[in-house]
Amino acid sequence: MTSLFAQIGTVAMMNIRSLPRRLWMSLAMVLASAVVVAILLAFLAMAKGFESTMNSAGSDRVAVMMREGSAAEINSVITREQVNLIEESPGIARDTEGAPLVSPELYVIVDGLKKSSATKANIPLRGINTTGMAMRGNMQLVEGRMFTAGTNELIVGTGVLREFDGFALGEEVRFGKNVWTVVGVFTTGGNVFESELWADVKVIQSHYDRGSSYQTIRAQLETPGDISGLEKTIELEPRLNLEVQTESAYFAAQGKQLEYMAIFGRVISAIMALGALAGALNTMYTSVADRAKEIATLRTLGFSNLSAFCGTMIEALVLSAAGGLLGSAAAFLFFDGLSASTLGGSFTQVVFSFEMSPDLFAQGAQLALLIGFTSGFFPAWRAARLPVIVAFRAAT
Amino acid sequence: MSQEALFELKQVEKSFVKGKETISIFNDLNMTIDRGDFLAIMGPSGSGKTTLLNMLGGVDQPSGGEIWFDGARMDNLSESKLTQWRAHNIGFIFQFYNLMPMLNAARNVELPLLLTRLSRSQRKRSVEAALALVGLSDRAKHMTSEMSGGQQQRVAIARAIVSDPKLILCDEPTGDLDRTTADEILEMLQLLNRDHGKTIVMVTHDPAAASYARQTVHLDKGKFVHKEVLA
Repeated sequence: MTSLFAQIGTVAMMNIRSLPRRLWMSLAMVLASAVVVAILLAFLAMAKGFESTMNSAGSDRVAVMMREGSAAEINSVITREQVNLIEESPGIARDTEGAPLVSPELYVIVDGLKKSSATKANIPLRGINTTGMAMRGNMQLVEGRMFTAGTNELIVGTGVLREFDGFALGEEVRFGKNVWTVVGVFTTGGNVFESELWADVKVIQSHYDRGSSYQTIRAQLETPGDISGLEKTIELEPRLNLEVQTESAYFAAQGKQLEYMAIFGRVISAIMALGALAGALNTMYTSVADRAKEIATLRTLGFSNLSAFCGTMIEALVLSAAGGLLGSAAAFLFFDGLSASTLGGSFTQVVFSFEMSPDLFAQGAQLALLIGFTSGFFPAWRAARLPVIVAFRAAT
Repeated sequence: MSQEALFELKQVEKSFVKGKETISIFNDLNMTIDRGDFLAIMGPSGSGKTTLLNMLGGVDQPSGGEIWFDGARMDNLSESKLTQWRAHNIGFIFQFYNLMPMLNAARNVELPLLLTRLSRSQRKRSVEAALALVGLSDRAKHMTSEMSGGQQQRVAIARAIVSDPKLILCDEPTGDLDRTTADEILEMLQLLNRDHGKTIVMVTHDPAAASYARQTVHLDKGKFVHKEVLA
C-alpha cells in the first residue's frame, strides 16, 4: 500500500511539474472552470442576498395580518373597524399604559428614478405610526430627523437613497399632486424595509383617498411566534376576513421569490459546465497523449495502472480546483456586497446586496471538482490502459 | 530447465492479426539464456528482435509456447502479475533513455525503488550507490534534460540496476549516441556483466556494440540463423 501511495504521489507530482509543457491547454481548463464557477456563484449570491434581505426583516415577535387571499401587502384592504377588533384580541403585547401594540399600515406605490438605468421604478411609500416604527427593532435614523405627524414629510431608507436619484436629505419629491420633503434617512440593518419611504399613515390616507382604510396590521405578540390568540379571534369573528402569520414567515415566503434565480443560475452553470467539460476533456486527453511515453515507461518499470489513473485524475482535479479558486475569488471580488434592486412581491423594488457565504463557496468547489472528476476520468482510464509497448517506440 | 538457465523459450509462437491477415513473427522459437550471460541479438529490421525483447521483458506475450524465467512459467501471467514481475526482476535500458524530464537524476534512478518496501533512507543509499557505479555522483541533483546523451544513458543504466534485478534488457542502448560515448556505455554494460554478474540481453543493429557481448545471435524472419560466442 505504501508503495502504491508512493507511485501515485510520484506520478501526480510528475504530471503537475510537466504542466508548463501544456501551459495554454491547462490554462484554458483552469479558466473554463473559473468562469463556470464564477457565474454559478453570481446567481447564487444574488438569490442568497435577496433571501437574506427579506428574511432578516421578519420577526417572530410580530404578527402580520392582511385580507384573506392577499398574496402581498399591496393587494390587501383592512378597515378601521377590523383594526379595532384586532386591538381587542388576546395574545397581543401591550405598553405600560395597557394600550395594544398594534400598527395599522398603508402601502402605496410611488415612482423613483433608478441611478443604474435612469429608468422609473416602483418604490413603496409606507404609512406608519410610532408603534410600527418601534416594532422594527433595528430601525435607526442615520441622518436628519423623524417626520412630523400630519405633514408632507417623509424619511427614506438607505437602500432607496443608494439606488435611486432625488431622495437626498432636504430634497423635495413630487408624487402626483403632492410634494414631500425628505427630512431623514433611516436604516434597518440592511433588510427589506430600507427599500421603502416612510411617512405619517394619516397623511397618506388623505393624499391617496384611502378614507380610514389600511392594508396591513402589524401586532407585537405577547409570546414570540405564538399567533394562536389572533387566529382564534379571526376564526370567531366573521367580520375579520383576515389571514395572520408571523412576520418572519411572511418574509420567508417573499424571500423565496428569487429562488428561481438560483435555479436559473444552476441551469446556466450546468450548460456552461458542459462546454467547459468538452474543453477540459480535450486538455486531459492531450495531457495523456503528451505523457504517453512517460506513462508507458513507468508501467514498464513496474508502476501499476492505478498509479497512472490516479495521477491523471489528480492532475485534472488540481486544474479544476485552481479554476474553482480563481472563479470563487473573482465572484467574491466582483459580486460580494454588490447592491442591486429587483421587483419584489408588491410590485415594488427591493434593494438588496449580493451575498457570498461559505455554503456558496462550497457549492462552487463542488462544481469545480465535478468538472475535474468528469474531465479526468476517461483520459485517466486511457492512461491506465495505455499499451506498455509505447515505451519502446522512437521518441516523438 | 538447466541450473544455469535464467530464461528458456520453448516452441514460442508469435503472430499479429492485421486486417484479415495473420502475420507470423515467430514459429517454434526455442532459446535459452544462461545466468551471467551477455547476449546481443542482431538482425535486420522486421526480423523480430524487438518483439523477442518485449516478450522477454513481459511487455508482450507469445501467441503460443512457453516462456520460463528462473524456474517459473511467466507466459501465462496476468498483466498485473507481469507488471510486478518486471518490477522485481527486470531492468530496462531504452534507446532514447526514457527518463522523466521533470525529475532530477537521483529521482529518476529512485523510480524502481518506489515499488519496493525500502525506507526513504535505504532508497537514498541505493540511489547513491547506483549513481556512483555509473560515475554520476556529482550530478545527482541535476535535471536530466540538462545532461548530455551519454550522461542520460548512464542515469538510465543506474535506474536499471538500482533495484538489483536479475536481468537487464537493453533496446539499442547506443543507437542515439556517438561512437566514443557508445563505447563508454558498452564498457559499462560489460562491467556490470563481468564484475557484478548481471545477465544482459541487448538488441542492436551495431556489430561494434554486439562485440562487447559474450555471445551474439542473429535473427532473420523469426529464426536464429547464426550464433557467435565471443568470450
